[in-house]
Amino acid sequence: MYKYDEYDHKIVQERVAQFRDQTNRYFAGELADEEYLALRLQNGLYVQRLAPMLRIAVPYGMMSSTQVRKLADLTRKYDKGYAHFTTRQNVQFNWPKIEDVPAILEELASVEMHAIQTSGNCIRNTTTDQYAGAIADEVIDPRPYCEIIRQWSTFHPEFAFLPRKFKIAVNSVPDQDRAAIMVHDIGIQIVVNDQNEVGYKVYAGGGLGRTPMVGSLIREFLPEKDLLTYLEAILRVYNRYGRRDNKYKARIKILVKAMTPQVFAEKVEAEWEHIRKSGSELTDTEINRVKQYFTAPDYATLSDTPTELAARLQDNKAFKNWYERNTATHKQSGYRVVTLTMKQIGTPPGDVSDKQLETIADLADDYSFGEVRVTHHQNVVLADVRQDQLFDLWQRAYTAGFATPVLNLLTDVICCPGGDYCSLANAKSIPVAEQIQSRFDDLDYVYDLGELELNISGCMNACGHHHVGHIGILGVDKKGEEFYQVSLGGSSGKLGGGSNAAIGKILGPSFARDEMADVIEKLISVFVENRTEEELFIDTYRRIGMNPFKERVYAQAH
Amino acid sequence: MPKLIKNEAIIDDQWTLLEEVDSVENVSENTIVPLAFWLENKDSLPANTGVWFASNEEPETISDVVNDLPLIAIHFPKFADGRGYSIARLLRERYGYQGEIRAFGDVLQDQLFYMKRCGFDAFVIRADRDMEKALQSLNDFSVVYQTGGDARPPVFRVR
Ligand code: HEM
Ligand code: SF4
Repeated sequence: MYKYDEYDHKIVQERVAQFRDQTNRYFAGELADEEYLALRLQNGLYVQRLAPMLRIAVPYGMMSSTQVRKLADLTRKYDKGYAHFTTRQNVQFNWPKIEDVPAILEELASVEMHAIQTSGNCIRNTTTDQYAGAIADEVIDPRPYCEIIRQWSTFHPEFAFLPRKFKIAVNSVPDQDRAAIMVHDIGIQIVVNDQNEVGYKVYAGGGLGRTPMVGSLIREFLPEKDLLTYLEAILRVYNRYGRRDNKYKARIKILVKAMTPQVFAEKVEAEWEHIRKSGSELTDTEINRVKQYFTAPDYATLSDTPTELAARLQDNKAFKNWYERNTATHKQSGYRVVTLTMKQIGTPPGDVSDKQLETIADLADDYSFGEVRVTHHQNVVLADVRQDQLFDLWQRAYTAGFATPVLNLLTDVICCPGGDYCSLANAKSIPVAEQIQSRFDDLDYVYDLGELELNISGCMNACGHHHVGHIGILGVDKKGEEFYQVSLGGSSGKLGGGSNAAIGKILGPSFARDEMADVIEKLISVFVENRTEEELFIDTYRRIGMNPFKERVYAQAH
Repeated sequence: MPKLIKNEAIIDDQWTLLEEVDSVENVSENTIVPLAFWLENKDSLPANTGVWFASNEEPETISDVVNDLPLIAIHFPKFADGRGYSIARLLRERYGYQGEIRAFGDVLQDQLFYMKRCGFDAFVIRADRDMEKALQSLNDFSVVYQTGGDARPPVFRVR
């Protein structure tokens, strides 16, 4: 994991001082509301329906157990004893006091954490695959590149006041994309060319929200050292020409579409030619320096499927289910990648209490080299677990409620905070998730359905990624009443049969909240009746199209 | 005389900025005129005439003559309009502009560090704000992670 050196410490401490001063000036009336708004947002501080909300950065989703314990401690001291894992791999506090935020930041700084650029119209936290470094099929560990981007984007002087927020995601696995790079402002796919050189395929102009779009390829192969100069060229073109007259048209996706991806790419190339040899060109020394922080942990020499594991798998079905569903193949023999699902029925997806945070930290210490990752599915990953310790871990995770074996299944719902917490919501989303999770509580049945992404957002902003759910649910407002629109066929890319990223299509008229579980059940029944063996929901949908689903769902309503 | 921050000190502003100007006769020494006007009349203007850019105007239009100018001002219609940052970097880094680059308009304390790093060296702080306090923010951070228009190397080249 990356460790701060004196320079990193200095920057974060100077930020705490700066933000404290800004907050003092705000309370002294020296900063207007809208000025403080822009500044506080660049520091992750929203003012929400019930209270302020603070979004804490978790660079590419990675945390140490020390950091997790600190979060637990802070939720007790300054909040109501719980926090929330977000779809951007960050952590949110829902009830801090504005006056306390400088103190929270100071405490975060003591464990190498901050809330820099977790919101606002600047470059946000760069995200990546939560299995990075632990899986065999990645081209190269993407985390050093994410860290390099993190540093470059931190307080970038030219890009602190962009037309809109800006998100970059990196993926390094050829046929899986756990980072959803195609629906980011910039998506970077790490590749190796036929001369065996590391580089990047660059996509731009993806994004969700009001006008959801899949990104376009703008560069087939960018050499390794040119990462920052090329990003700088993209951002400069966007900063200068992105629309600023209408916030709904201000995202880079609108610019790329208006210019066409070809013309946009040409503009970027022209800009890049001027700066590719600037001080931002990466050096081998820097790449290697950062890589040193992401070397493999001290793995033991072990063989796969040790006898004690084989025996447990034989005689414990619950454990076997969990093993098959929530753990994944590791590049190191004798290890597995484990996902702890934060999806117990009755708890909003992603919510964790202070005690649970501490349990996660303990589990990380006892089983995974003291390190955890947050996933964009609002779950938590322990990346390096010994197979001979899986049963112990499972027992403890089970007791803590983190072992619901539903990873990537229907009930592993992604869900935004919706109307329960968010002042922008058109409708509640948490109760919908809960209703569906309760309806589909028969695990065998849910297993049989195979991988299926169900994503729920409380409004068009799409925090719950509804556009890229195989089934998406969107809260809409009709004359002051809450309704839900369903879409089908979305995909964040490559998950489920290597399929491509796509934006879901709307099924038809929206539904009342209490109909939602029935609607989902009907959709599922169409799938079950039509699927061929091994087909996932998304495949069946792509084969048979929208109509059969539509007919079933709306048939009885008339 | 109005004041501004220049080279990290508060000094008297020697320049007059004309938001609009219709004739060369109205331009005296030490005047800053709109870019379009300057482009049209540059040969008949006093030697000591500066220009100002609106945030959507392009430094490309004066790329070959920038160094004839004693001063370039960049307008910030709103503090949240970040185009001026890119304009300043292009002037400094691409066109090698050596003269004064000043920010005016909605220019507030918390932008100054970023502006300075993009190559601005003069700041006309919004009239209702405290210039002394603003001055301190020029140095909010002592370490920088990336290249800018201020010739400081990114920390990765120093480490
Ligand atoms: C409760 C406070 C929150 C507020 C006020 C909020 C606000 C917003 C807004 C305004 C957008 C739209 C941006 C756009 O269209 O450009 C957005 C998008 C988004 N938010 Fe949130 N959000 C909140 C919580 C969350 C949470 C809890 C998550 C994760 C669980 C999240 C993740 C996202 C994501 C992934 C997007 C979509 C990004 C895209 O357009 O590509 N947000 N949010
Ligand atoms: S999708 Fe809408 S309701 Fe949900 S968190 Fe985002 S802004 Fe709030």
